[in-house]
Amino acid sequence: MAEKLLEVKGVSKIFRIGGMLSRKRLTAVDGVSFEIAADKPVILSIVGESGCGKSTLCKMILRQHKPEAGDILLDGHSYKDKKHYKPMQFRNDVQPIFQNPFEAFSMRKRVDTYLFNTALRLGIAKNRADAAKRVNEALVSVGLSLDVVAGKYSSQFSGGELQRVSIARALITRPKIIIADEPVAMIDASMKMNIVNLFKQLRDDYGISFIYITHDLSTAYYVSDYIATLYRGTLIEYGSSKEIMDHPAHPYTKLLMDSVPRVGDKWEQDVAMPDMEEKEYSLTCCKFAPRCPYATAECLKDRPPMQELEGGRKVLCYHPLV
Amino acid sequence: MLQIDHLSASYKTIDGDVHVVQDANFTIYDNEIFGIAGESGCGKSTLLKALYDIIEFPLQVDSGRVVLSGEKGGKSFTYQTGQIRKSWWNNISYVPQAAMSVLNPITKLKSQFLDSIPEEDKKRETPQQTLQRVQQYLGALNLSPEVLEAYPFQLSGGMRQRVIIALATFMSPNVVLADEPTTALDVVVQRGILMLLMRLQKQLKNTMVLVSHDLGVHYQVTDRIGIMYSGKMMEIGKTTELFANPRHPYTQMLIGALPRVGDKSQRVGIPGSPPPLKNPPPGCRFAPRCPKATPLCSAQVPEFREISPGHFAACHLLNGEGK
Repeated sequence: MAEKLLEVKGVSKIFRIGGMLSRKRLTAVDGVSFEIAADKPVILSIVGESGCGKSTLCKMILRQHKPEAGDILLDGHSYKDKKHYKPMQFRNDVQPIFQNPFEAFSMRKRVDTYLFNTALRLGIAKNRADAAKRVNEALVSVGLSLDVVAGKYSSQFSGGELQRVSIARALITRPKIIIADEPVAMIDASMKMNIVNLFKQLRDDYGISFIYITHDLSTAYYVSDYIATLYRGTLIEYGSSKEIMDHPAHPYTKLLMDSVPRVGDKWEQDVAMPDMEEKEYSLTCCKFAPRCPYATAECLKDRPPMQELEGGRKVLCYHPLV
Repeated sequence: MLQIDHLSASYKTIDGDVHVVQDANFTIYDNEIFGIAGESGCGKSTLLKALYDIIEFPLQVDSGRVVLSGEKGGKSFTYQTGQIRKSWWNNISYVPQAAMSVLNPITKLKSQFLDSIPEEDKKRETPQQTLQRVQQYLGALNLSPEVLEAYPFQLSGGMRQRVIIALATFMSPNVVLADEPTTALDVVVQRGILMLLMRLQKQLKNTMVLVSHDLGVHYQVTDRIGIMYSGKMMEIGKTTELFANPRHPYTQMLIGALPRVGDKSQRVGIPGSPPPLKNPPPGCRFAPRCPKATPLCSAQVPEFREISPGHFAACHLLNGEGK
């Protein structure tokens, strides 16, 4: 087995924007690198504002988008290497969970159909009885059972329950890694924590690593072991969640943390809002420099190098705050 | 001042009425930011629609009324449900939930501003004079006057939201209703918009009603807060007091389930899910999920009453307290 479960090496994704004949290009993900070790399951949160490339990055890991540059390796196999690492094996190893469970399941199909199809079509079970066993196991691990789910349509579930069904669907293949794109954004506050706690439990009980994409920094702090902050497609800070969120090293991470509406700590200072979003993607200097209160002449000239700090922490800044 | 007098509202459906707001009875005072919090589907937006008098099929008011009263330009006014529309823009305005898509995409913003001016004010000044005043006002909200010549799609989300707020507050209305004004925005922009709303309220000294599902937003912005659950108002109190000492079991569990930056301690959600509004349980609507529920809770609807000065709650367990 490879030492690293997932290795993202300098991946970039460029989209054409505007009309069919437009020559405008937008670099949605710009040379992002990080890795997840194979020996210890972790929850890695990818945080940032909308349009920072979180979802595009995950779609590349899920092989829904092809990167323009860089490589993504799973268990040591590149996404290009279809000979030694079959697509079917990939689907077993990497599973997605989507934001809105009511959109993930058709309202005209019974929910258990999806669960059985996952077990049968991905070669997990040979027959329906075998599939029923695997489906039930997966449902039990999220606090449901096949008896509760069988024969029901998505409209007969609450948002929280249906999201648990979609997690169970992902568990059927016993994946090594689950990619959850804003999984609790549509879930009510009172049930959000049940889903988030489930991720922790699955990491500990089944050794599954999670990539948790969110803009909700309070759940990211609560659930994750590591955090990666993206800004306009660039990875600007990476490290342990507690260190990054308690003592952010990048000025943008600090701005992000200061802007979380916290209970018990009232805002006093006003904040500058961005007004040149699209231009920031194509900047060749630090993309945050035009808005950064700590920016110097060199920040506006060249892109800063990725600096390594203590404890494996990385920050893309000339003047880190710690 | 907005007085909500035993208001009940429901949606008509083929399978029967869905009672989304049930017997709401409270007052929102002048010069305060009042927050309405609750989970999705608890009736927050419907209550706000009733306050703004957008009662259109299938929504209907079953009983009760909303009374909007106050003073503007030395004249006092009183409007109630059915008449509040007459006071739109001038005395009451609304920042809708889908603020990103409410602006007309094929019209320049200057004509959208001119459209929002009440007829009487249009007679008093020329469109050029109005636009000049609008430009000054936009400057105060850190928006360049050039946005008036722009189409909505040319602006970023945060700018569009500021334009909507400018539209809603330009006539200095006595009451501004904001329905999830920052839902689709990023945290940094959200903070900017919320601080703008607070600044405007302090300047205009008017009433602002803010609906949001995010309790952190309420803590930052509101003076008083009302917690709704399944169509019922469960608790109302001063925001800081309610967060420090929540009295209703639902509020206690909701605040307990809130993840906080800087605190990794174990948190649990509330087990179960809200009851169907079409067929709610008898008695307290939270009773099926409440760990402290007694047989009385499932049999009798608790009265919404003052348990300590300025703090209201609807719970049988608090029966011995207050008046």
